[in-house]
Amino acid sequence: MAYHSIVLAKQVPDTTAVTAKAIRKDGTLNRSALSATFNHNDLNALEMALQFKERHGGTVTVITMGPPMASEILRESLYRGADKAILLTDKRFAAADTLATSYTLSVAIKKLRYFDLIFCGKEASDGNTAQVGPQVAEKLGLPQITYVEEIRRLEERLLEVRRLTDRGYEIVRSPLPLLLTVVPQANEPRPPAAKRLMHFKKAITPTEVASRLQGQTDLTNKLDAHLKQMKEKGLLITEWDADALSIDSDRCGRSGSPTWVKKIERVVLMGGEYKSFPPTDEGVSQLIRELIEDHTFG
Amino acid sequence: MKREVWVFAQREQNRIAEISLELLGKGRVLADKLNASLTAIIIGKEVRAFASPLIAHGADKVYLAQHEKLDSYTTIPYTKVLVDLVSHFKPEIFLLGATALGRDLAPRIASHLKVGITADCTELTIDHYTDPLNKQRYKNILMQIRPAFGGNIIATIVNPKTRPQMATVREGVMRALIPDSKRKGEVIRLVPELNKDDFKVRVVESKTVEKRVNLKTASIIVAGGAGVGSRENFQLIFKLASCLGAGVGASRAAVDGGFIHQDHQVGQTGTTVHPRLYIACGISGAVQHRAGMSESKKIIAINSDPEAPIFKIAHYGIVGDLREVIPKMITAYKAKK
Repeated sequence: MAYHSIVLAKQVPDTTAVTAKAIRKDGTLNRSALSATFNHNDLNALEMALQFKERHGGTVTVITMGPPMASEILRESLYRGADKAILLTDKRFAAADTLATSYTLSVAIKKLRYFDLIFCGKEASDGNTAQVGPQVAEKLGLPQITYVEEIRRLEERLLEVRRLTDRGYEIVRSPLPLLLTVVPQANEPRPPAAKRLMHFKKAITPTEVASRLQGQTDLTNKLDAHLKQMKEKGLLITEWDADALSIDSDRCGRSGSPTWVKKIERVVLMGGEYKSFPPTDEGVSQLIRELIEDHTFG
Repeated sequence: MKREVWVFAQREQNRIAEISLELLGKGRVLADKLNASLTAIIIGKEVRAFASPLIAHGADKVYLAQHEKLDSYTTIPYTKVLVDLVSHFKPEIFLLGATALGRDLAPRIASHLKVGITADCTELTIDHYTDPLNKQRYKNILMQIRPAFGGNIIATIVNPKTRPQMATVREGVMRALIPDSKRKGEVIRLVPELNKDDFKVRVVESKTVEKRVNLKTASIIVAGGAGVGSRENFQLIFKLASCLGAGVGASRAAVDGGFIHQDHQVGQTGTTVHPRLYIACGISGAVQHRAGMSESKKIIAINSDPEAPIFKIAHYGIVGDLREVIPKMITAYKAKK
């Protein structure tokens, strides 16, 4: 028995590296000033899917929705052991809130038809909403188990997991198919495998092929030949746009998003004056003395 | 009929979760502003006893959705019950706690109803909203305010066209009302319709693990962040804390980095604390972290980056390497005491 898993991943701006430069005067975010990275929690989801495959057999397909450059996290997934990667990219998908995002993802998953498990990270580090996983599950009419720390066992098509709650944990059983969201405590994501990296660093999306050939004569024929060649080598990343998904464009992207951003403010602290002490023996000692004298230390 | 502002009342062991009481506090303000009634919804096997505390904390109305099999939470039946109730009563606003349960349940409901939802709000207000594109004006809309992008920005989100306007809020951010046992309210019992298929997912074991740390009562907290650098270096934080008789806290970055267990996390995604002294070591001070500790009476910031935002809320600051500063503090403290 082989199990087919899907991992939903997101490329996020590296928010740990947000500098003043990355925020414009009007408070909006200049994403091009930020490096993009594989959402951390999604690597835990990928790791859990890969371990599940190693144990029970099957395949792992990674799907991401994003701009063309999001193909980078798909290559990174292939380096780590994913069997297939799909990029959902279209201007019509842009500016989506969680409802519109989950709609687009669910349409793509339906197009894949057969799957047993969907793994998502607990949340994305840019929005931290943790909403897309449960919303995809709802759109597909699947059960969901969030905050999964461990897959304990699989019997027939009944999966038993341990999930974290606010005050402890629960052991939960659900039949497949099912959607899980995975907490970072679940595992240590594996690094890229050297051999796979050498092979899949050439993996490419049709959009990337087209932009590489741009300006050449006889473009259509060359493009077809190139795509065919990459496909034969197993290096062509699947790419679906709104037409490929026959999507309802009123439900994706900005037009499918009921939540709107009214205002964005850069966090500017007023900067109250603090009393500064040098990092020397005398400096530290002076601070301690002051805190003892004003009874801050019990 | 009067419009309604809804609060989902989460049960925790045998009481109402603190977050739900806090939501009633905020819900009361919003309902008064809208001239609406404040309604609490509680689901379970036998939940009549919860009606009076909910009313005492501000609810005008309590819906009791009782069913044999709804004692413990699972996603699908709770979603179904709430979707049915929302579709029938059509509330204006629906608030849930951003607990593990609330964050599992709320997006699922919103997806089913195809309405907008904003997670982890730190403030909720009522205001008018004009769509900048077509100048259409929406009156008395819920302003959902939350940090984003690692706390570097604060966004105000609206969902003016769909109802209910849904939002989740973290524990410890809003204030509960002082309960008034003389308050009167209406209690309405409802019988949910559920079938066997709704219970495909089963909780076979549920365990409460006592948190190893109780930061809420600590009068001094020593906390470490990304700047601590490693699990090994975090021992320094523990050493200073044990020397001062303090609790140990951490920023999310330190928890995500695997330096320390999640139970120690202070901030919007963690515990909200107000100790007498908070020593922030290698913590840059993202808004999510500050949201959980800025009410501390005194704050010491130790950071090698003089530009770190934590210095803006600190009373005392040491710009330097915490690996050198902390041992000096321990020595100085031992010498003085």
